[in-house]
Amino acid sequence: MRAARLARRLGWRALAGVGVMWGAATASFFTLHGTAGDAALSTVSGQGADPTRAVLDQVRRDYGLDHPLWRQYTDYLGRLLHGNLGESYQQRVPVTHAIAGQLGGTVELAAGAVVVALVLAVGVGVLTAKRRRRWIGAASSGGELVLASMPTFVIGLLLLLVFSIGLGWFPVSGQEGLRSLVLPTFTLALPVAAILAQVLRSELEDVLEQPFVLTARARGMRDAGVRFRHALRHALIPLVTMSGAVVGWLLGGAVVTESLFNRQGIGQLMLTATTNKDIPLVVGVIIFTSLVYVVVNLVVDVAYTLVDPRVVTL
Amino acid sequence: MSTSSAPQPAPPAPLVEVAGLRVRFGGRRAAPVVDGVSFSLARGECLGLVGESGSGKSVTARTLAGLTGQGAVVEYERLAFDGQDSGRFSESAWRSVRGARIGFVMQDALSSLDALRPVGREIAEPLRLHAPLTREQREEKVLALLESVGVPEPAFRAGQYPHELSGGLRQRALIASAIACDPDLVIADEPTTALDATVAAQVVELLQKVKTADRALLVISHDLAMVSRIADRVAVMRAGRIVEQGPTEEVLRRPSHPYTRELLAAVPSAASRGARLSPAPAPAARPRASTRSRQRPAPGTVLLRAADLTRSFTGADGVERRAVDGVSFTLAAGETLGIVGESGSGKTTTARIVLGLERTDAGTVALRDRPWSALSRAEQRDERRNLQVIHQDPLASFDPRHTVERVLAEALRVARVPRGPRRRERLLDLLDLVGLDAGMLRRRPAELSGGQRQRVAIARALAPEPEVVVCDEPVSALDVSVQARILDLLRDLQRDLGLAYLFISHDLGVVHHLSDRVLVMKDGAVVESGDVEDVFTRPAHPYTRTLLNAVPRLTTTGD
Repeated sequence: MRAARLARRLGWRALAGVGVMWGAATASFFTLHGTAGDAALSTVSGQGADPTRAVLDQVRRDYGLDHPLWRQYTDYLGRLLHGNLGESYQQRVPVTHAIAGQLGGTVELAAGAVVVALVLAVGVGVLTAKRRRRWIGAASSGGELVLASMPTFVIGLLLLLVFSIGLGWFPVSGQEGLRSLVLPTFTLALPVAAILAQVLRSELEDVLEQPFVLTARARGMRDAGVRFRHALRHALIPLVTMSGAVVGWLLGGAVVTESLFNRQGIGQLMLTATTNKDIPLVVGVIIFTSLVYVVVNLVVDVAYTLVDPRVVTL
Repeated sequence: MSTSSAPQPAPPAPLVEVAGLRVRFGGRRAAPVVDGVSFSLARGECLGLVGESGSGKSVTARTLAGLTGQGAVVEYERLAFDGQDSGRFSESAWRSVRGARIGFVMQDALSSLDALRPVGREIAEPLRLHAPLTREQREEKVLALLESVGVPEPAFRAGQYPHELSGGLRQRALIASAIACDPDLVIADEPTTALDATVAAQVVELLQKVKTADRALLVISHDLAMVSRIADRVAVMRAGRIVEQGPTEEVLRRPSHPYTRELLAAVPSAASRGARLSPAPAPAARPRASTRSRQRPAPGTVLLRAADLTRSFTGADGVERRAVDGVSFTLAAGETLGIVGESGSGKTTTARIVLGLERTDAGTVALRDRPWSALSRAEQRDERRNLQVIHQDPLASFDPRHTVERVLAEALRVARVPRGPRRRERLLDLLDLVGLDAGMLRRRPAELSGGQRQRVAIARALAPEPEVVVCDEPVSALDVSVQARILDLLRDLQRDLGLAYLFISHDLGVVHHLSDRVLVMKDGAVVESGDVEDVFTRPAHPYTRTLLNAVPRLTTTGD
């Protein structure tokens, strides 16, 4: 019964996800069409040539750029449906390959950052919420505020200054081995951890006031048990809600982190594609990003029903 | 079961001794919340601690388990549990006592059980903390406990979450977790509040079994009648002090303190019909009808006619249920029609149909013989001034940022009272009508007491000068003495303004006190209706009899 309802709900959400991706594809198509200049010129100029009118016309015919706009749009959607995101102007490889080639580095970085952020946030939140010594929570909250409001590149630079230039524990840049992953991971994770810890603490302070917490204490449970066994799960619910935003922060942060530490990844790819006006690649990254959002939100939907049995699946 | 309340010869050393207990929050200078409380409690005995909210009874109880709370300053002459000075217990000593030797049944089972865990795990928790049992043994013990507190299908129930259980089963599960380690003392804080009368009666029965020969029971409640069913002795608390304590029968029959007498008099019942419940008579200058613009209807004029109201809902499991099934009644000017029934009986849905907030699948509602339920929303808006509502929880029905003045001014604006001195005068008149002074105008809902909030809600309902007021459990969330004053106010207003009340309540005493006629609802249908005296003294339907038998009565305890 419950499983069937969940499946139906997920079906609807997946359908809505397709709608979101269609919207993203359409918006990026028309935006770029209106603003990015002559697509044929961008295509050819990548090779450093000074194209003649005849060459440009040939390119227009080859890429279907002489068709009316609606026809170009439907062709574009048709190609998307077949998983064909086009070919990068600059790299001369299919966009899907370009993205797939860069995915590993970013996934490594983002996954590490999520784990570090969650461990830090849960640790700090649970240990500092509603302590008898009020200054503990206040101090921690102040520190989080500083971290959350600092730009990512400042955090990265500070970490570099202290831990690689000063102490020499970690390499300055590169992508070899776990040691080179530590500083970028923390650069990406710290601001996220700070925000999550703030949310978690304020939620925990509410939850620790609840009657069921007093009941648990009245059963003879120690404070740590009450916090981890009872209160934490309640306080995690708003964090689940924030997952979508977290993915956004991670992708945005990845652009800065990857260029700061000179790492390969989606962020770097996005940056070079944009500066080179490599339109198919930019559109490809946009659509890929929206796919990530859709999938994350589907996972969040399932996670809700796992964390909170009260969530009604309609 | 009745044998457990037999008097004990030569009581042994008491299990709990409290003398001169004083508790303050926010420093040594703060006013004490508990102010010099002394009592003792022996094994095999049940003490009822009775008082209204804020009287300090819950804080007293929590102090017995070392759970007074952060920032509490606790002073005492003697505070002992089983002969040991429990005031000096270390935190780890307390942890070995709590759950193992003292079981605590906290107020409101829904929020006192962890919503994210199956109840079986909650019940197993004290066992996990205190008993050297394997997981299998614990699971077995949980099933046995559920069985012993009268939960059917224990294996199935243990896997359910609190929100999936009925109020009665939740309360039983909470009691099971409190007695899991066979404690010497069980403390139950408002164990029957928010339960239907029949369910509450069953929980009282269960608590009588919880008190055994070598276990003491401390029951805390605002409900004297409920406590009198279980307690051997009662202590009446007010403003942090015990004003009177003694054997239950003696306190109920010959209350020595005026506050106890006031509490006893405040309980609405058959006997209180037509009499005032609260001691202080209302200010004499009541009917100042100068600013009223409407004529009061002649008594006996039929104002509201509901015929064959029916409403079905499809539940989460896809099954259609009739929430309201062929309900018909009339309501005349100056009359009160009570609707009683347990939760889920369709009382509130009926009220919502009458108010036009819910459509009816069949049947009609007519206001003053003009169609009402058939009107469109826009047309209803014009007629709505004749039909107002008072809810159970006024706090939820106020915008927390609005002052009382703004709440009432808005109601008057909707009632088309023009802005200016006339609206101001009418506003003050409304306040006067419900017994509030103009100093209240600047307060926000959170700064009002429960009784004051309900008075503001009544003033708001009266702003458009309605003829019919639907009262949906208007006093259920109030302490008995506050309830008494609100009920008196409602009666005065009816007398002065000729209002007709549709009065919905699960409390038969309240309905008997206030209503002229009554409908008894069960599963959406009216099983019995008629004059309130007839129905409540000579019930024809077995369900009405069940309901009436479940009501704890103060006067019949000893006989």
